[in-house]
Amino acid sequence: MTDAAKQITLTIDGVEVSVEAGTTVLQAAEHAGVVVPHYCYHPGIPSRPAQCRMCLVEIEGQPKLQPSCVFPAGDGMVVHTTSETAETARKSVIEFLLLNHPLDCPICDAAGQCMLQDYAFETGQLRSRYAEAKMVLGRDRVAEDILYFGDRCIVCTRCVRFMEDIAGDNALVVAQRGHKAYIDTFPGRDLDHAFRGNIVDVCPVGALVHEDFVFKARAWDMDSSPGICPGCSTGCNIEVNVKENQVVRTKPRLNPDVNSYWMCDHGRRSLVMSNRGVRAEAPMVRQGGELEPASWNEALAWVAGELGDSNGIALASAGVSNEALFYTRALLDRIGVEGGTFQVEQGDEVTLSGFPKLKLRADRAPNAAGAELHRFTRADGLPEVPNGATLVVLGDAISNAPADYGANAGFFLYIGSHLFPAARNATAILPAATVAETDGTFVNYEGRVQRFHRALRAPGVARPAWMFLSRLLEQLGGEPGVREIGDAFAAMATGTAGLEGMSWAGLGLRGELLSEAGQPAVAAE
Amino acid sequence: MGYPYSHDLEVGTQLSRHFGDERARTLEGWKELGGYATLPKALEMDPDAITEVVKNSGLRGRGGAGFPTGVKWSFMPKEPNGPHYLCCNADESEPGAFKDREILRWVPHLLIEGCLIAARAIRAEHVYIYVRGEYFPYTAILRNAVVEAYEGGYAGDDILGSGWSCDVTVHLGAGAYIAGEETGLMSSLMGGRAEPWIKPPFPAQSGAFGRPTTVNNVETLAAVPMIVAEGSDWYRQWGTEKSPGTKLWCCSGHLERPGTYELPLGMKLSDVIYEICGGAPGGKKVKAVIPGGSSTAMLTADELDCPGCYEGLAEAGSALGTASPIVMNEDTNIVQAMRRIAQFYAHESCGQCVQCREGTSWTAKILHRIEIGEGTAEDLDTLYHLCEQMTGRTICPLADSVVFPLLSSLDKFKDEYEALIKR
Repeated sequence: MTDAAKQITLTIDGVEVSVEAGTTVLQAAEHAGVVVPHYCYHPGIPSRPAQCRMCLVEIEGQPKLQPSCVFPAGDGMVVHTTSETAETARKSVIEFLLLNHPLDCPICDAAGQCMLQDYAFETGQLRSRYAEAKMVLGRDRVAEDILYFGDRCIVCTRCVRFMEDIAGDNALVVAQRGHKAYIDTFPGRDLDHAFRGNIVDVCPVGALVHEDFVFKARAWDMDSSPGICPGCSTGCNIEVNVKENQVVRTKPRLNPDVNSYWMCDHGRRSLVMSNRGVRAEAPMVRQGGELEPASWNEALAWVAGELGDSNGIALASAGVSNEALFYTRALLDRIGVEGGTFQVEQGDEVTLSGFPKLKLRADRAPNAAGAELHRFTRADGLPEVPNGATLVVLGDAISNAPADYGANAGFFLYIGSHLFPAARNATAILPAATVAETDGTFVNYEGRVQRFHRALRAPGVARPAWMFLSRLLEQLGGEPGVREIGDAFAAMATGTAGLEGMSWAGLGLRGELLSEAGQPAVAAE
Repeated sequence: MGYPYSHDLEVGTQLSRHFGDERARTLEGWKELGGYATLPKALEMDPDAITEVVKNSGLRGRGGAGFPTGVKWSFMPKEPNGPHYLCCNADESEPGAFKDREILRWVPHLLIEGCLIAARAIRAEHVYIYVRGEYFPYTAILRNAVVEAYEGGYAGDDILGSGWSCDVTVHLGAGAYIAGEETGLMSSLMGGRAEPWIKPPFPAQSGAFGRPTTVNNVETLAAVPMIVAEGSDWYRQWGTEKSPGTKLWCCSGHLERPGTYELPLGMKLSDVIYEICGGAPGGKKVKAVIPGGSSTAMLTADELDCPGCYEGLAEAGSALGTASPIVMNEDTNIVQAMRRIAQFYAHESCGQCVQCREGTSWTAKILHRIEIGEGTAEDLDTLYHLCEQMTGRTICPLADSVVFPLLSSLDKFKDEYEALIKR
């Protein structure tokens, strides 16, 4: 807020609030801690048709109720959101919306997170005066993976306007008019935009549902944790919905500096898919030619004893946390291995015209900048392993490696979550938690350090890499091992250029940009 | 004069004098009849002087709202920093109104001349004549006239050698009542659905294609040439202080002589109905009149003794609207008539505002139930409640358009509703 911006003061439901001139009454009410119910207004969508008429409020001096989503707040204005007229109008909108709305909440995926359900409950209309037959509009598929339940739709047009204003692709339209209106794709057009999934998130009711989520989980049966999308280097802030230790859905989480309210469909799938494949569930060490399970204490002690300081090579990953990268680098330093490379899968870039900062970026990994921060270099392909050399592999670096890769190494330490074919050549396997199973940080394309939180329990005795690597370093004569992510981050921040002065708690949920010392080369975009 | 019937009390201004005269449709014939005489004069006038004349004449918008035309023009920016537009609203969608149709099909050149003078006044460089889709046959006549106007140098580049250029485009709508609302018209003109938008922004700030725009009704614009030619005092010889001038009345329903009549504003509604139109045929009594097109409040036969002008009908609890009285005789089933009106508005609701989208169709369904004898006493309470919740709650006044006739019919013909409910 600049000093130049004119401040105005108004009273909303008896609460005096000062806002910048140009703020709408609805936004001013938010400042005053007053929630004005609304449907068609969405803070991320610029067009405001003021058509749901839910946010009508009484403004002294105005003959009619006014839509607070577009009505500009004025100096000295007195607003009543709960006066009898405003309440009655709101109650009546709910009654109108429920006329033809099927009361199928028991099977609706939005139940529990539905704005219509919430407000209907609040206005407490137990009986309907509607004696007529309800309109039946049925169900349709608006996109390959999105279902449209026409009966539930309240025609707020948020989805249409998301596509038009943000995606810049007017594939969706309102078809028909009046009480027969419904949402459809424009004749001859497909809804195939890479960001189309957001129409499901903006839907205030259960009219638009992802087909891979339909009937899967009730809102109240899911746990939710804040995460960062691992799908590309943008680092969209997400909310990970988990049921019975499975990721059932990811949704964008507001971060105006990164992704606003949106994320792409590629990203939505990325975390759901993170648990595919065979997992490493227990530490294993090679004894008598065979990999044998071991306890953590045995495995770490054995690795600490066996890990030589001969010439070695290291492979890191852009898909693991900074903390894992930091402790891997510390381990490599301790055993005298220099350098190290990582690969980043490439894909097509997809832009979002309404919020240009958000893109599905070509780097399809969340932490390439973090890997570079820890002095690993980007490479194409895997290096040849010299016979008898030490090989340290972190994360998914060998996910596509030939099955005999690393078999000729003198000592092959694999630190990762999945048992890729080449991982079976390892001398020791230290099972790591995936990014969904641990706390940690990523650095995105522009050098923003962002926190993600644990959403799932790791299988078996797999543990976060930073945790067991710090214990391994302790055994090798280093600092005591860490058990808390905050301590791991603190240890990292002390010794890493770019992270000076940062702390886990201080990062908060919006992240912080690296200092100039650590700015990634790729940030020049 | 009037068409198809005429009456001695009619005023035959340029507006209606040539109705029924085929000559008026062609440029040649129209010039013989004295057409395009005012445009050269207007081209020599200062734009603001034209606005001033129209302002002084007291001409009020003939589309129904009755907003003073000159005042509306004066809202347009005086210093253009880009194109200005004039939209001529020929989407005559109000049930009962057919005055614009008469102008379009009999005196298209009068409309074009009016449009160009108005465009000159508001400094517009393009006139869009938005015609409702159902007026397809008359659009052909209008289009011919526009082509002729271009050929005759009355439209297009360097009009009549004045150095001033203005284009005229005829745009045919796709058939939606709400395209007759000015913002709905512009939404449709711009290629979108005919959905009204919330004001502000007002059209004079940001209208068609995001530019300052004025939207005027066909009859309003057609009255402009004679006002500019003869002066505001001449125009004020008819009508009342607040409603000067003449008005085309479209009288329909149970009448002996239905039709379009040009009458001075302020003539008693009862005179219009009984004297001009001859009352209900077959010696039947008039039961009710909807005076201004279907969206205005019903008047009973006892309430017709009021002046037929903006303020007179407002005082009588209704509105002049488009001056399109729909007359219903004593055999009319008011509930049925009301049901039909409600169905029309339910069909025409654009579906943006919840009160209108759901309320109009609910109203129509309840009325249908009452009509077939399945209504309950609670239904009347519900209807009253709906009237309350559909008034002044929406972006445009379509929901209110059901409420006016409905509320008045509930108040004035309650016995008819109750009789059907008790049955």
